[in-house]
Amino acid sequence: MSYHVNEKGFYGKFGGAYVPEMLYPNVEELRQNYLRIIQEPDFQDELQHLLKDYVGRPTPLYFAPRLSEKYNTKIYLKREDLNHTGAHKINNTIGQVLLAKRLGKKRIIAETGAGQHGVATATVCALMGLECIVYMGEVDIERQAPNVARMKMLGATVVPATSGSKTLKDATNEAIRDWINNPEDTYYIIGSVVGPHPYPDMVARFQAVISEEMRAQLLEKEGTELPNYVIACVGGGSNAAGAFYHYLDEPEVQLVAVEAAGKGIDSGESAATSILGKDGIIHGSRTLLMQTEDGQVTEPYSISAGLDYPGVGPLHAHLFVSKRARFMSATDDEALKAVLELTRLEGIIPALETAHALAVLEKLQAKPNEIVIINLSGRGDKDLSTYLKHFHFDEQ
Amino acid sequence: MNNRIKSLFAQKQKGLLSVYFTAGFPNLDDTETIILELEKNGVDLIEVGMPFSDPLADGPTIQASSTVALLNGMTISKLFEQLKDIRQKTQIPLVLMGYLNPVMQFGVERFCQKAAEVGIDGIILPDLPLREYVEEYKELFEKYNLSKVFLITPQTPEARIREIDSNTNGFIYLVSSASTTGKTVGLAEQSQAYFQRVAAMQLQNPGVIGFGIHDKYTFSAACNHASGAIIGSAFVKALQQEGSLEQNISSFIQSIKN
Repeated sequence: MSYHVNEKGFYGKFGGAYVPEMLYPNVEELRQNYLRIIQEPDFQDELQHLLKDYVGRPTPLYFAPRLSEKYNTKIYLKREDLNHTGAHKINNTIGQVLLAKRLGKKRIIAETGAGQHGVATATVCALMGLECIVYMGEVDIERQAPNVARMKMLGATVVPATSGSKTLKDATNEAIRDWINNPEDTYYIIGSVVGPHPYPDMVARFQAVISEEMRAQLLEKEGTELPNYVIACVGGGSNAAGAFYHYLDEPEVQLVAVEAAGKGIDSGESAATSILGKDGIIHGSRTLLMQTEDGQVTEPYSISAGLDYPGVGPLHAHLFVSKRARFMSATDDEALKAVLELTRLEGIIPALETAHALAVLEKLQAKPNEIVIINLSGRGDKDLSTYLKHFHFDEQ
Repeated sequence: MNNRIKSLFAQKQKGLLSVYFTAGFPNLDDTETIILELEKNGVDLIEVGMPFSDPLADGPTIQASSTVALLNGMTISKLFEQLKDIRQKTQIPLVLMGYLNPVMQFGVERFCQKAAEVGIDGIILPDLPLREYVEEYKELFEKYNLSKVFLITPQTPEARIREIDSNTNGFIYLVSSASTTGKTVGLAEQSQAYFQRVAAMQLQNPGVIGFGIHDKYTFSAACNHASGAIIGSAFVKALQQEGSLEQNISSFIQSIKN
């Protein structure tokens, strides 16, 4: 079975480009050009240079001794949190902004949930001297204030999305509407492996550097490129797509995607799309989607603003249905517990999104001689106010 | 088989007025009243919007009306229920317009069958791609004698316009400019060049212009370039005025026609 996109833009039955005619020329322009441009030597030179000297790649593959001891297995952390701007998101924004420049676009738009993608987009726009508009749900603007401040500092305009649940889904709707209204000069940098083809494939390719490095680094440390498990959290699924990419065709590597269960899968307040969703269409892509019986998209919930997306990238829907990846979930409480655990055992404060991936270690039951790689997708600076609220350090 | 859209365009090639409204707005059970009042006021064709939670191609007015309609309890099943006796009351061509996901969940074949049963003539699903329609659904739509109406924009290349023209029967929806619905910028000069370019292509299907048509002036300007024009957001806004539904409909339509 193939886990890569086919020539029509599908992963199995998922994917495609379900866009209104107004978007067709924009999406088609990208589809016809992205592979060619990405493969050009001068594009690759510029990308590799920026990833190394600006982003700070390669990121370390860190053996976590105390976490390993606690779970009685060998745990490595892929330190995407050490990237410039604090998460994996910049791997993709660097790639897409270089593509936008080569397509002659002058104005960049983006959607953001937790604000990490917004910051990563605002950052590369500052670097390239391009106008930047970021759509962000009103609710997220409130709960991710530090990232809003960073985007503004970087010169981006942050536009609140005030429709629907006022979170990531609605910010994405607004960004798509902006693109419809500005088809000529505007490039839309999507932050995850979602949206119409070719976005899921393009974003996965830009994030694939994560697993490319993992293989080389693990070989150096363990004499094998292949771990037993690769674990990553999934909202739209870009860090997971990057962590899985070069292992998709290695069946002995178990891929573990961790979704946000929110207050519990059956609580009505959850974002576990693989379990709660069914076949549907959102943001131009056919995928698993949380929706009512009548096909209205429902509002997901998670304490983490980066995981409360009602869909999931079509690659992940395919990995779920084909059983290539194992889907697990972690609740808000389990994620918070994992935050404190990593902080106190390894001295690393993870992002709330990332903590969901850490939270399944106990359920995973890996054996002592097995190797587990967790993609540590982002750092927790942006979540400090949430952490302070929940952990009550003042009272200790 | 007889299709009311084809009959309409056979009889009338100029100045055709088509009006869009969101089913379930302002109140859940206004559907029949709105259709009958529009017909009474001389509208030629009606697009009944099936509300969706995430209407990507729509601006704030239609989005907001969709949200209200959904809160009112509108669903596709409910809409078919409301329309089941409509053909005993009017023969005006009716087109259902909405997004693919709710139709997919209802079941595309079941949807076509129910639509045909209540006397719907055409379907607009802006996010159903042309290729997918041709490969998966065209036969089904034809079986139920439903016109599948496609949109084109100023950016649509000629070859694609021809492909759309050869795969549809009813009319082609000319989106006036690159925009979501409800932008009242008027018709720019470059739009006129695009309308003329499309007119010169001598397509088999008539064209109707939509997006941004909101008053008598923009309506008649659009009618100079195509068989007619579609008014959506401006009508939805008019429904929110004080006064009865009947009064609001009548005064708005008369302001366009007279």
